[in-house]
Amino acid sequence: MTEIRYLAPSTLDEAVKAFAAASGAASILAGGTDLLVQMRAGVRQPGTIIDIKKIADMTAIEDLGGGAFRIGAAVSGATLAEHPTFGKAWPGVLEAINLIGSKQVQGRASPGGNLCNASPAGDSVPAMVAAGAVVTIQGPNGRREVPVEAIPAGPGRTTLTPGEIVVSFTFPKRPKGSGDAYLRMIPRTEMDIAVVGLGVNLVMEGGVVKEARVGLGAVAPTVLLVEDAAKALIGSRLEDAALEKAAEACRAACKPINDKRGTIAYRTKVAGVLLKRVAAIAAQRAGGN
Amino acid sequence: MSKLHVTTTINGEPVEYLCDASASMLDILRGPLGLTGTKEGCGSGDCGACSITVDGRLVCACLMLAAEAEGKAIGTIEGMAEHGVLHPLQQKFLEMAALQCGICTPGVLMASKALLERNPDPTEEEVRFWLAGNLCRCTGYDKIVRAVMETAADMRETVR
Repeated sequence: MTEIRYLAPSTLDEAVKAFAAASGAASILAGGTDLLVQMRAGVRQPGTIIDIKKIADMTAIEDLGGGAFRIGAAVSGATLAEHPTFGKAWPGVLEAINLIGSKQVQGRASPGGNLCNASPAGDSVPAMVAAGAVVTIQGPNGRREVPVEAIPAGPGRTTLTPGEIVVSFTFPKRPKGSGDAYLRMIPRTEMDIAVVGLGVNLVMEGGVVKEARVGLGAVAPTVLLVEDAAKALIGSRLEDAALEKAAEACRAACKPINDKRGTIAYRTKVAGVLLKRVAAIAAQRAGGN
Repeated sequence: MSKLHVTTTINGEPVEYLCDASASMLDILRGPLGLTGTKEGCGSGDCGACSITVDGRLVCACLMLAAEAEGKAIGTIEGMAEHGVLHPLQQKFLEMAALQCGICTPGVLMASKALLERNPDPTEEEVRFWLAGNLCRCTGYDKIVRAVMETAADMRETVR
């Protein structure tokens, strides 16, 4: 058995240096709810484990005012759920993050891990895409910021370059009349992997949609930003015709697989159904804001 | 192979141990520390039999490295009864026979305690959702849920 090293640096610079120095043989440990399972299954055998939870930036939740937030990549879902203001500004993002696993898994699992695990069915990702969240990444060549949807490259693959670590997510300010929501379709009521997951974020004024973003998961190799669905919603009062057009855009964006959880036809149909349901919840929340 | 030296607190007592970097918290609890009340079911975070708390937060011991316990406060089932007096949940589970084979029981108790600390008056639905990560292979869920509900009612009465 080869020896594994465990490092728990207290600064980002140390973490990036160690990660880059290991040239691909290291794994980042946040909540570990994917990593430890993959190590046990022999799918991943890191030479070095870099625990990032001792780095203050990684576990901080900053309320930037006006609904804007900066969330450390390693913040657990349970911590986020107990935050006094995050869930009020971003209820859809929070409900998506809180659908990941059990309460026990929630105690550890993080949005950064969910994004970097790069499952097309990761629940938090479509909601963060809909929210327009921006990812801050630190690597050997410095810092960069990209939208969440730029990270997934395929099942289990990301666009992060060697040595890069996801540090945090920044959520934009919430104008008056904002609301977001996330729903996933699973055959059970709890503890399952999305057959389809869909997030909608709306800004409404006098009943008219001013801004919209739609994130769609589990129906393609990566989570998708469905711009055509957003276009169909913008300018509408969410009339049936606009909703149907947006639902059609979601169905058209689907490139799903057939598996035990759902067939291609089923997933495609459900994507349209979810768009309508999620938009309705987001609109109701927007009305209350 | 060089071992990591970890200083932590378990059920209020300072504890030190040596571990491999890849050892899980569950490996160390059940092995060198002899705290076998925490059970191993699936080893992949699905069953909740290894539920413990870390700084008051409910987690699966199988999904945590033993090295991560450095400086933390760990709570296990062995710390649930205080000075030989069972926790009200433990007492109620006995009275209502809310267990069959017992393998899931320590994890169910740890999870239920974490629930009642946050929500002293849960609905049945809230109990069932909270305990969704604790599998009972005997499928004795109904008695478990009723025992948690009754304990919550008793504890609210005591507080009043």
